[in-house]
Amino acid sequence: MKRAALFLSAAALTGCATVPDESDIALRAQAAFAGAFAGGDAQILARVEHQDDVQVQCSKYRNAPPLDVAQLIERTQRAAIRYPIAGGLIGDWKQGNLIAEDGSGMRYGDNAGRPSGGNCYACHRLTPQEIAYGTVGPSLLGYGVSRGASEAMQRLTYERIYNAQAFNACSAMPRFGHNQVLTPEQIAHLVALLLDPESPVNTGKSR
Amino acid sequence: MIAAAAGAADQEIDTAVQRYRESLQDSSPAELWVLRGEGLFREKRGPRKASLETCDFGLGAGIVKGAYARLPRYFADTGRVEDLESRLMTCMGRLQGFSAEAFPRHAPSDPDRMADLARLAAYVASESAGLKLEAPLSHPKEIEAYRVGELLFHRRAGSHDFSCATCHATQGKRIRLQRLAQLTDPKDAQRALPTWPAYSVGPGDMLTMQHWIALCYYQSRHPQLRYGSDAAIALQVFLAQHANGGVIAAPGTRR
Repeated sequence: MKRAALFLSAAALTGCATVPDESDIALRAQAAFAGAFAGGDAQILARVEHQDDVQVQCSKYRNAPPLDVAQLIERTQRAAIRYPIAGGLIGDWKQGNLIAEDGSGMRYGDNAGRPSGGNCYACHRLTPQEIAYGTVGPSLLGYGVSRGASEAMQRLTYERIYNAQAFNACSAMPRFGHNQVLTPEQIAHLVALLLDPESPVNTGKSR
Repeated sequence: MIAAAAGAADQEIDTAVQRYRESLQDSSPAELWVLRGEGLFREKRGPRKASLETCDFGLGAGIVKGAYARLPRYFADTGRVEDLESRLMTCMGRLQGFSAEAFPRHAPSDPDRMADLARLAAYVASESAGLKLEAPLSHPKEIEAYRVGELLFHRRAGSHDFSCATCHATQGKRIRLQRLAQLTDPKDAQRALPTWPAYSVGPGDMLTMQHWIALCYYQSRHPQLRYGSDAAIALQVFLAQHANGGVIAAPGTRR
């Protein structure tokens, strides 16, 4: 509120005629963004310049879209989920934990030939032995204890990692599968980290 | 049970990190950058063999004291809103005759060209220590920059759908052990922003505000942020309005 009042008084002082309108500002922001980068990687540049519909809507509504937009996002994102061609939806939790610890991938300078990490610990608590965890997302410690590891639960967990916005439009969580940050097989390993009864996420014990 | 335990663990970690951060302040070498910066500022350098002592940071030619507390701002002589680092480049160009090749293209990958700018920025900023940040928002170009910065702050893009707001629009969160400032909240912004430029213990170097923003863009899977770009300046105009009123404690020290 205070911010809005400050801005309005500033606009009033200088006179509205000299302050560009919304569409003008959007164009200038686009121009500023187009000139913002000094190189690094053509692929990364192309990716950030062309926002997809979801990114456009979530930017516009600052991650709080109206219900109809949220429902449209969730429906379209859900319809685009793809599953592993071979193998099941639950892999090896040990490999999953390595992926969860790995924060590299998709940045300029990263080895493009190497699979990306999921960097799950950046935002989530997962296993008891990793204390350097973030809190942007909820704690997932004990995730599978009450949920079990039924095929339906494996599927749901896979889908939530593949595309969090299929369930929660404009979620802060990257769409790991949808945006091809992680492969379906890597996501299956993360499903195991979360659901396998032997995983430290669920045993609560350090290994 | 698990949720309660997690809450207690989070608090314990926050307290430990806070203690660590406080301990850093006592042994910070940030003052060395200020001394080197003042030396550079007064030295006759560049093709024109001139010092920066007549540089106008917005309060008049040669006035350094308090100038950083009123940046970024619009400068009539360039017709542009400039932050501290852009203004330093303007003066290095106009007074000392340095050409664009002398300046970094992208702060994190250009340490040699960054070194002098970081020293100079540390010195000029230190001359506003103890003063309240009062970045102006009256010239139409400043208002335009604020609104462009606001759009950029919320612009989600790239492989990970990140925007600045992903990490910096929520209260009390961490990435790993790194506490995140809610930069849209005056209390957090007033504490965080006026400590830049800051000595960073990790790289063991003085990092300027633009350098830091470029590192954010790196982690959020964006390309190399062009040093001195309109986007880098607009973001700072937006952030400064939330931090106004905060007391300048530059150069600060961070982990």
